[in-house]
Amino acid sequence: MSIVATDLQQAVENAAAYLYVWALKDIPQDLRDALVAAKDRETSIPGKRVLETIVKNVAVADERENLVCQDTGIAVYTCRVGEHFPLHPTRIYEALKAGTERATLEHPLRSNAVHTLTRENTGPNTGYRLPIVHWEFIPEWDGLDVKCVPKGSGSENMSFLKMCIPADGVKGIKQFVLESIVESGGKPCPPGIVGIGIGGSADYAMYLAKEAIARPIGTRNSDPHVAKLEEELYELLNETGIGPMGLGGDVTVLNCHIEHADTHMTLNPVAVNYQCWAARRATAHVAADGSIDYDREAGWQPTK
Amino acid sequence: MATHEVTFPIADEQEILKLRAGDEVVVQGHIIGLRDRTQIRIFDEGQEPPMDLRGAFLLHTAPGVKKVGQGAARGADPQEQRASPAAPSEMTGRPVPDPAISTTKYEPVCIGTTTSARMVRFTEPLGAQYGVRAICGKGGFPDEAIEPMRKHGMVYFAIVGGAAALETTQIEEIEEVAWEELMPECLWKFRVKDFGPLTVGIDAHGNSLYHDVQTAAHKKLEELYAKL
Repeated sequence: MSIVATDLQQAVENAAAYLYVWALKDIPQDLRDALVAAKDRETSIPGKRVLETIVKNVAVADERENLVCQDTGIAVYTCRVGEHFPLHPTRIYEALKAGTERATLEHPLRSNAVHTLTRENTGPNTGYRLPIVHWEFIPEWDGLDVKCVPKGSGSENMSFLKMCIPADGVKGIKQFVLESIVESGGKPCPPGIVGIGIGGSADYAMYLAKEAIARPIGTRNSDPHVAKLEEELYELLNETGIGPMGLGGDVTVLNCHIEHADTHMTLNPVAVNYQCWAARRATAHVAADGSIDYDREAGWQPTK
Repeated sequence: MATHEVTFPIADEQEILKLRAGDEVVVQGHIIGLRDRTQIRIFDEGQEPPMDLRGAFLLHTAPGVKKVGQGAARGADPQEQRASPAAPSEMTGRPVPDPAISTTKYEPVCIGTTTSARMVRFTEPLGAQYGVRAICGKGGFPDEAIEPMRKHGMVYFAIVGGAAALETTQIEEIEEVAWEELMPECLWKFRVKDFGPLTVGIDAHGNSLYHDVQTAAHKKLEELYAKL
């Protein structure tokens, strides 16, 4: 391996270690604004108490430089790799794993990783196929964007997939999303972001739902059909009355984001992935020379 | 909806009976932290908990902690989790401390609360066998908790899930840790100050906010579906 590649691998490791902790401690400004707006809008007494406590908690996390939530999740990264980025994805993966381990041991962070059958701890937030990394490849570019979305289990457990049929149409999609959020009640720490993936295949729909939760809050899909559905579901979900922490109220969700893919003529997959109110995400841009720019929205593009 | 301050553990059932679903509560005194694995050990594996749970407030948590005087977090390094408390001396003849209680001192890093619904089946035996008076977690208990809570004079307190930075500041000290080998799902004794604000989610009179919210939401869904 060349010296340049080694340094670059170290740079990606540094970026991963920083991103993991940054995401856990410092939630994005758009989310802060949405939480304050929710607090001001909520009229139920327990609901308002919950939102006031959440806003206070974010301030305490800032003051004490502590984690916003104790659940350090599992580290999930999305990499946008430029065609000419001079480090192979194999080495990028190694660097992300090493960075996750380093952050966990140095901070220190609670380690959640276990073998899925024996339930024995497998490492400092690492294990077989952990962290999880998604890849996108960008032509005619020499950079790398790394997005870290450490998501807690309370909301990840509230994930749902239904293979609707074409005849169910948009109505079927809406019904499934509504029943999923009502069934979830207070378990996923509402009010959060409802991520929805539609189209593609069963596996890809869930991937898209996960992509949707990591968008800046309230952004709209660039396809007007999809954006309309986002708006409609956002309003419908807040009519359910589930409220903050499921204690009843006006604000059940902070927003609803949808990502879509074209699909088979006989498929109509709908995936729901709930993101709790502590919607943590952080992004870094790593240049080909190893310099790192920590930018919350680096690489985020409206979907085509 | 009233506001109460309650100190745990409590001896007087009346303290619990005056709490009503929707009320706000702030807690003082001592609370006990535990999670899935801890309760599986007590009820499925039949091991007696080495802490007195009578009148107790239980918190659904697996805290992030570190040993006093050390940088590394328990729970961070899997190799460290295999450690077990020192065996008591057989030679002294004096009463030995309960070997299940750790002699290691821990301090909080980040302590928050987990989803309660996974642990609802332990409600009945916690009340009947051990006299637990309050269970606190996030997200609520399903309806199967309502009857045991009414029968045994127990309440469910809803905390704000994810608000761990604030919760950590309300824990003054980790006084005791038992079953350290289950790290981080040990049995923890915390001394707290102004712990909350909590909301009474289920009271000891058969009322549940979660039941009411779900009933109303299902009714609302029928209306919404009709308009789609």
